[in-house]
Amino acid sequence: MYKIAAMGDKDSIYGFASLGLTIYPVEDAQEAVHILRNIVDSGYAVVYITELLASQLSTELEKYKALPLPAIVPIPGVKGNTGIGMASVSKFVEQAVGSDILSNE
Amino acid sequence: MAKLNVNPTRMELTNLKRKLVTARRGHKLLKDKRDELMRQFLELVRENKALRKKVEEGISNANAHMSVARSVMSDASLDVALMMPMQEMSLEIEEKNVMSVLVPEFKTQFKTADANDIYSYGYAFTSCDLDDAVESLSAIMPDMLRLAEVEKSCQLMATEIEKTRRRVNALEYVMIPQYEETIKYITMKLDENERSTTTRIMKVKDMMLEQAHHYSEK
Repeated sequence: MYKIAAMGDKDSIYGFASLGLTIYPVEDAQEAVHILRNIVDSGYAVVYITELLASQLSTELEKYKALPLPAIVPIPGVKGNTGIGMASVSKFVEQAVGSDILSNE
Repeated sequence: MAKLNVNPTRMELTNLKRKLVTARRGHKLLKDKRDELMRQFLELVRENKALRKKVEEGISNANAHMSVARSVMSDASLDVALMMPMQEMSLEIEEKNVMSVLVPEFKTQFKTADANDIYSYGYAFTSCDLDDAVESLSAIMPDMLRLAEVEKSCQLMATEIEKTRRRVNALEYVMIPQYEETIKYITMKLDENERSTTTRIMKVKDMMLEQAHHYSEK
C-alpha cells in the first residue's frame, strides 16, 4: 500500500489535504531535501511538488529519475511557476530521440 | 575502422566469425527493441503532454478558487476546515513490463467507502469558494494520477531508449565493422601465407631438380 504526498508552499498544496494526500508544507530548499528523503524512505509512490520548489531541488530530483518509484511530478503552484513541468516532457523526448520533435504539436 | 589486434590464425578466424554472427543477431534484436520502444514512447509522450496541459489548467483553476476562499475566510478558520482530512487516498502498484522496462501502474484506493467524501468540514463556517476549490481539485485528481504514471513511464523509457540506441550504434558502427575488417585481414594473411608456401615449394623443387640433373650446365 503506497501513499501520495504533496510538497511545496502551503498556499499551493493545502487543498490536496482534503483529497487524502499527505501534505508537507515547506518553503526552504534545504529543509525540503531532508523532507523529500524521508518521504522517499517511507513508502510514497507519488510526490507532487510545486514547480518553484522543484526548480530549487533539481539536483536532488535527478537521483530519483532512474528509480521506478517514487514518481515525482512537478505541478504549478500559486507563485513562481517556471514551466519546468512542460520543459521536462520536452527533455524526455530530447533524451530519447535526440531532438524535441514534438515541440510544435 | 581499425582492425582488432589479434594473431592471424585459423582459430582466431573461426572465433571472430562466430562473434560476428552473434553481434549481427544482437544488433537486429536491439534495433527491433529500440524501434518498438520508440513507437510506444512517442504515443505515451503525446498523452503526457495533453494530460499535463489539462492538469496545469485544472490546478490553476483550483488555485484561483483557493485564493478567493483564503481572502474571504480567516486563515485560522481555513486551517481548521482542512486540518483533519476525512479521506485518505492510497495506491496499489502493479508493474507492467514494456520491452523489459518496468513501468508502474497505479490503482487508487480510498479509506472511506464513498470516494466523494472530500469535504472535511461543516458548511456553516466556510466559504463556498473553498468547496469549489476542493471540488475542482478532486475533479482533476484522476488525471493527476494518470499524469504521474505516464510521466514516470516516459522518464524510464527515455532512459532505456537512450541506452538501447547507444548499444545499437556501438554494434552497427564499431563492433561489426571491426569484426568484418579483422576477418578480412586474417583471410588475406592466411591466403598470402598459402601462396608464399606454394611458391617456396616450387622454388625448392626447382633447386632439387637442378642439383640432381644439372640442367643449367647442359
